[in-house]
Amino acid sequence: MSAAALPVRNASAASRLSLAGEALAARGGIVVLALALFVFLTVPLAMLFARSLEDRSGAFAGLSNFAQYVNSPSLAQSTINTVMFAMLTTLVTVPLAFVFAYAIQRSCIPFKAIWRNVAMIPILAPSLLAAISFIYLFGNQGALKFMLPWFGLQTIYGMPGMVMAMSFAAFPHAVMILMAALALSDARLYEAADSLGTSERRKFFTITLPGAKYGLISASMVVFTMGVSEFGVPKVIGGNTNVLAVDIYKQVIGQQNFSMGAVVGLVLLLPAVAAFLIDHAVRRRQQALLTARSVPYQPKPSPARDRALLAFVGLISVLLLTVVGMAAFGSVVKFWPYNLSLTLTHYTYGFEEAGIEHAYRNSLMMALTCGVLGAAITFAGAYWLEKTRGANLLRPIIRLQAMLPMAVPGLVLGIGYILFFNAPSNPLNFLYGTMAILVLSTLVHFYSSSHLTAVTALNQIDREFESVSASLKVPFYKTFWRVTVPVCLPSILDIGRYYFVNAMTTISAVVFLYSPKTTLAAISILQLDEAGAIGSAAAMATLIVATSAVVTALLFALESVLIRRTQKWRNTSKN
Amino acid sequence: MAINEAAVRLEGVNKAFGSFVALKSIDLAIEPGELVCFLGPSGCGKTTLLRIIAGLEQQTSGRILQNGIDVSHAPPAARDYGIVFQSYALFPNLTISQNVGYGLVNRRKGRTELTARVNELLTLVGLPDAGAKYPSQMSGGQQQRVALARALATAPSLLLLDEPLSALDAKVRERLRGEIRQLQRRLRVTTIMVTHDQEEALSMADRVVVMNHGVIEQVGTASEVYERAATPFVADFLGKVNVLKATALGGGQYRVGNVDLTLPVNGNSAGDAVRIYLRPEDRHVEGDIASLPNRLRGRITRIDYLGTFCLVELRSEALGQPLLISYSLNQLHDLHVREGVEVDVALRVDRVRVFDDSGTQRATA
Repeated sequence: MSAAALPVRNASAASRLSLAGEALAARGGIVVLALALFVFLTVPLAMLFARSLEDRSGAFAGLSNFAQYVNSPSLAQSTINTVMFAMLTTLVTVPLAFVFAYAIQRSCIPFKAIWRNVAMIPILAPSLLAAISFIYLFGNQGALKFMLPWFGLQTIYGMPGMVMAMSFAAFPHAVMILMAALALSDARLYEAADSLGTSERRKFFTITLPGAKYGLISASMVVFTMGVSEFGVPKVIGGNTNVLAVDIYKQVIGQQNFSMGAVVGLVLLLPAVAAFLIDHAVRRRQQALLTARSVPYQPKPSPARDRALLAFVGLISVLLLTVVGMAAFGSVVKFWPYNLSLTLTHYTYGFEEAGIEHAYRNSLMMALTCGVLGAAITFAGAYWLEKTRGANLLRPIIRLQAMLPMAVPGLVLGIGYILFFNAPSNPLNFLYGTMAILVLSTLVHFYSSSHLTAVTALNQIDREFESVSASLKVPFYKTFWRVTVPVCLPSILDIGRYYFVNAMTTISAVVFLYSPKTTLAAISILQLDEAGAIGSAAAMATLIVATSAVVTALLFALESVLIRRTQKWRNTSKN
Repeated sequence: MAINEAAVRLEGVNKAFGSFVALKSIDLAIEPGELVCFLGPSGCGKTTLLRIIAGLEQQTSGRILQNGIDVSHAPPAARDYGIVFQSYALFPNLTISQNVGYGLVNRRKGRTELTARVNELLTLVGLPDAGAKYPSQMSGGQQQRVALARALATAPSLLLLDEPLSALDAKVRERLRGEIRQLQRRLRVTTIMVTHDQEEALSMADRVVVMNHGVIEQVGTASEVYERAATPFVADFLGKVNVLKATALGGGQYRVGNVDLTLPVNGNSAGDAVRIYLRPEDRHVEGDIASLPNRLRGRITRIDYLGTFCLVELRSEALGQPLLISYSLNQLHDLHVREGVEVDVALRVDRVRVFDDSGTQRATA
């Protein structure tokens, strides 16, 4: 063997090895992702289906649970209430959100950034916060209770309070969708209409409204789904009005009737899945609506319209701030509404008395874990899915599973988790009752939106990066780390923030999965409310809002520092 | 490796996307050091063929050999090539130096050696001082050169260019055309370039591969494909061409309308319906036209002013269909060609192509 031949042969052997390693890394990542989604999403949901066909002892019962459900008048009434609640919430929220979004996108009102941020505040709060605020305002000791008869109401408890509180919680989601829908506009359509001498009114009904049609449908579906699957609001302010989400809770936690819980869960799944499918179909069409050549619309000042819209936006913003402010104020007064002297006892003694002084710390830990792990896993998962090669049979299965959580209400996922992880025969049984299962369920519950954010960010960067690396013999994972992650950092931080805030505020899935040791802040609001400690409930809600707000602000600050320091390439001008 | 081995050899390459056939039994050999252009309209399969050679798409069937080695199923990283994409795909967060050195870092070269190689490449593409900049600070043409430097950094034996100039302004495009061609000649690197721009292909390529609907219509030098088009598609796709409906009279005689033309073509039997492909520049307009065969008299009905050469529409009653002929700017002025005037022209038939209605070409004299 000649001396010259040796290094060449070694080099080619090494490169063959690294190629095999690269292919393994690509396929391995895909397999791990598919497996994780299968175990932590699909199997628990499948358990739900299976359990709905069993009786309480676990024997096969066919459809008898469903028959029992249909014949139970109280459950039937719950179904009607649930649909009513979701529909009314949609009817209140979507028109208000549309006018709000219209004012931001299509008028010349001042301070748009402020209004936009105020509209997003409810996202930082657990939905229970609004329910508590409305109890402070209109409840039995409410300061504004005298106003109720003006609207023909005797009490805020029940449908009126539920719809009001839910509209608060759903408002930012509808505003975001409608702002996006109204942002997509083609100025040339308006110019053509102007050249034909079209009135403002006619332009609105023939161009603006049809253009926002898909956004309106999409927003309606999202708000409707939120209403159908909402648990906290009806629990706190629903009074005697039962909804399916509360029934599930009662069946599973109260009566330990998992089979009936599973049946109600499946019933709950129906409208959610239907709404999801409609929304999905609609979004596809919206994308086809606009061509790359469209020219964005620039609103022109119109004093009368702008004044009216400014008044509207101002009023809505004051209402939103009042709801948050009421909870915050209620949390620091001694005894609402009789003794308004300020105190912090609701935060200290109140938490201790209820035995939930560790709940806030738990939530903070869980939300941080979800933020960091969630951002890393979701982004890496989306990257492996979109940018690597091989294991092509698994990819459509992963895509489908990634979208599934969006159609599954948190409570339904929660029951699936109990059924799956609580089974003694499951080797993953050790997770039950731990912080880990709370993190897992939260990651899965909020996976779809995060995944879509990551995919969108990845699709915006040049799709040939991986091809170029391959031609330069650089493995894709090096390019992932050196190029893709730095370029997508803002989106990765967005995903982290989304997970953090949702982990702080969510109740639905985790309410079935917490143990006394791992109880969470948002769940403790329910406990405090049940115990009649509304001051402490308001305190905990306020604490959550404040934490979400601070972390959101910190992440924004971090983002701008990072962009300035490490991403100077981003905003440099050509020379 | 045999000395006379083709740099790239494609054998019966097919590609189907579901029921859509993107490529149909492609056979092609590309010689070492050659610059070959894949030319065709969008959707003709030229980019798919390039991506198959790069290993970025997998062919449905067929073999790809690089320097005699079968790479049909090798992943992209196991093939030896550099590639430049239409979008350049420069890493936006890395400096120009880091971009160019991206593929070198992996090869365990010393820092000084690496820096030297990067500087050498940047000098080669005419950007010696751009190393510290970021891609967003450079113009499109400069980014294109950086992408080229990055592709050449690892000294690949094959360079693939996927519409490298189509995102650039016309002026920059023309300048870069010459620069790429010069660089390619200097480095003698086998190069395949995909383009839909015929001017680009004709001016740069040693050989042009004209593609349409997933098949190769013709392979040849610029003058071969332009002057001796093998199919109606090639004649039509490259440049302007008049398509004259005619009837063969036998013995090289053809009748268009009431005009009889004598062409250096035989192979059509009398009575065959054919189409004569005649380019606007295939005409005599100056000098002693009266003594030339294949004369026409017609009225000028339209002039498209295009600069150096202008296209003129000529209507001759006898011909029965309008004919486009070109005048140089000087001829236009010297011969006082204006709309409405009558002129005499003689058709120049040595490059004329005759296809029968099925598109088959008859033997040329």
